[in-house]
Amino acid sequence: MGEELAKKIPIAIVEPLKIKKKIAKEVSIAIAEAVAQCRVDVISAYPITPQTHIVEHLAELVNNGELDAEYIPVESEHAAMSACIGASATGARTFTSTASQGLLFMYENLFIASAFRLPIVMVIANRSVSAPISIWNDHSDVMSMRDAGWITTFAENGQEAVDLVYHAYRVAEKALLPVAVNIDGFILSHVIEPIEFLDQELVDKYIPPLRMKYKLNPKRPITMGAIGVPEIYTEAKKAQDEALKASYKIIINAWREFEKLTGRRYQPVETYRMEDAEVALIIMGSLAETAMNAVDFLRERGKKVGLLRFRLWRPFPLKDFLKAIGKVKAIGVIDRAISHGATGGPVGIEVRSALYQSKKRPKVVNFIAGLSGRDVTVEDFVKLFEKTYEAMRKKTNFSYEIYGVKE
Amino acid sequence: MRPELKDFKGFNLKNLPEFDGFAPGHRACQGCGTVLPLKLALKVLGPNTIAVSATGCMEIISSPFPYTSWRIPWIHVAFENAASVASGIEAAIKVMKRKNKISKKEKINIVVFAGDGATFDIGLQFLSGALERGHDFIYICLDNEAYMNTGVQRSSATPFGAHTTTSPSGKVIKGNITWKKNLMGIVIAHNIPYAATANPAYPIDLMNKVKKASLIEGPTFIHVFSPCPTGWGCKSEDSILVAKLAVETRVFPLYEVIDGKYVINKLIGHIPVDPGSLGKYGKYVLEKKVTPQKPVEEYLKLQRRFRHLTPEQIKIIQKRVDEEYERLVKLAEYFGIEE
Repeated sequence: MGEELAKKIPIAIVEPLKIKKKIAKEVSIAIAEAVAQCRVDVISAYPITPQTHIVEHLAELVNNGELDAEYIPVESEHAAMSACIGASATGARTFTSTASQGLLFMYENLFIASAFRLPIVMVIANRSVSAPISIWNDHSDVMSMRDAGWITTFAENGQEAVDLVYHAYRVAEKALLPVAVNIDGFILSHVIEPIEFLDQELVDKYIPPLRMKYKLNPKRPITMGAIGVPEIYTEAKKAQDEALKASYKIIINAWREFEKLTGRRYQPVETYRMEDAEVALIIMGSLAETAMNAVDFLRERGKKVGLLRFRLWRPFPLKDFLKAIGKVKAIGVIDRAISHGATGGPVGIEVRSALYQSKKRPKVVNFIAGLSGRDVTVEDFVKLFEKTYEAMRKKTNFSYEIYGVKE
Repeated sequence: MRPELKDFKGFNLKNLPEFDGFAPGHRACQGCGTVLPLKLALKVLGPNTIAVSATGCMEIISSPFPYTSWRIPWIHVAFENAASVASGIEAAIKVMKRKNKISKKEKINIVVFAGDGATFDIGLQFLSGALERGHDFIYICLDNEAYMNTGVQRSSATPFGAHTTTSPSGKVIKGNITWKKNLMGIVIAHNIPYAATANPAYPIDLMNKVKKASLIEGPTFIHVFSPCPTGWGCKSEDSILVAKLAVETRVFPLYEVIDGKYVINKLIGHIPVDPGSLGKYGKYVLEKKVTPQKPVEEYLKLQRRFRHLTPEQIKIIQKRVDEEYERLVKLAEYFGIEE
């Protein structure tokens, strides 16, 4: 089917945007420049592929006097997040970036950052987790932090990555919660895309100076990181949980305001040709663009297929999701991470759980695909659609399939 | 001499600061030799101080929510990363001063309190990173020579022969089989401007050192010997006596390293070299400023953690202690401050 298919795939039509200026930039560089536009105070980072270009460029901006910030070249990712916690607790706007093992190394701090209600922003250039060691892209790193209490978003392309960085600061500082913006390692981090930046004036309007009521200030001493005895721990966690849930509104409002400023519209769950879809795939990150081509291909052949993409992953946009699935009869969830020994991949589990209490009960099949940068082509997506169609007709296996394993 | 120290004349019993940054009512054990130096340090540093604690006894006893002993801003993040947290705080203050978000005039001390486990073991990398990067902060290691908070497990600060719950004095292996890690050596190798040892039995000396550390710009380090009656099996009322004996037996010498130059604050016992060749210490010897050396046994016998030691083992310890002390004297001889 390969070549024949390739010829028939329509080239994605990009609608001409009302834009002033688009600049071709490597996405990592663009992210760094967006971070600089947000007037970050403290950057604390440690090198790990494929995130390095972001923090390298930030170091350049600082050392060239283009960005007035303190750059802490820490000795590990654990220290990177620790220093962000210290700086953020003191009232500084902070940034770090990592991937894969780096994220795992800072793991314990992720929970502390969110429990401390610190508006730290981190970009994760998603990469697989060892072993075997692999520098290529999947989502197994970020999926490990899904219980850590961070607001978590996923970008599909470079423009979205940049916009999500602006959004992250806006949201983090309003919600007083850390935000992780996810970009696919290499697939996004290392490609050159035309990017439209916000004017500095707009950025300053969108992200006003950070004012924290509770911070490490000798004039108003506070105790941070006290012991939570059994009498208080549950209540502390409940309060944190409520804060994360409440951040949903802040996230939505921040996107609405962003739309007013830029005309670019974002929502928690992105849909593609879902209007009358009976079968849909769910995916996160940059692979969605490939999947769209498969949707177009099948639509041309009369198949009612559509695509869903979670842009917002935490807090989980339950209502948006239930609305977005419309009247689909079967959903194929494509996970880009394995949850060993579980009933599905992380997204698959979440989707099944979201549907359980719902009146809508489409069949759900769960695939694990695109691990460690393995290509998932349009042809593959067509196959995955076919498999989901099959599931509609027969009893589904309450498990998952690792797609494309070489026999 | 560091220019920052020129105007500092030192504390005495008449000019002690009134400020008390650590409120009473905390939950430290009776006779705790760790909370005492912490309290003294905060007295010196004053209210314009941000403190970072590593997980450990001092963090636990001071912060059972909703109570706190800390009258200054205080943060505890995790076990190993106090030095990195302090790095972030220091960077934040620096940049916010530059951006006029906080007053430029204000000198804010940043101090880390961490135990031996958090410093010698799990936090060593973080300490090294922060020292090497040159952040302006004070790191105070409150060394009680084992993981006391979790129930007296051995750390790399545990001395040879000591019984702990993970180096028990068994029928075959009698206590800890390794020697205490030379942390001061590691710290000094970072070429930081100031490192010192201190001990709650010498409170004025300790306070002077904290003050010096706060005056000097850049990373400074104070290694504080902190007796733990609970973990060491000594009487609560003896913890200061034990601390004093640690100095008088040469087990824990008091010294400073300022810009790589060594100063021994208290010279203990006869130094087996020609006094004429002792340079500045010759003077001490001649003027009989040398404190007589006590045998290590006097120090060891007050603590149940050492009670299983045989005379042979004590001899081995005595030999090692003397060797290390003589090495320190030689360092001070070669790299001492000219008077």
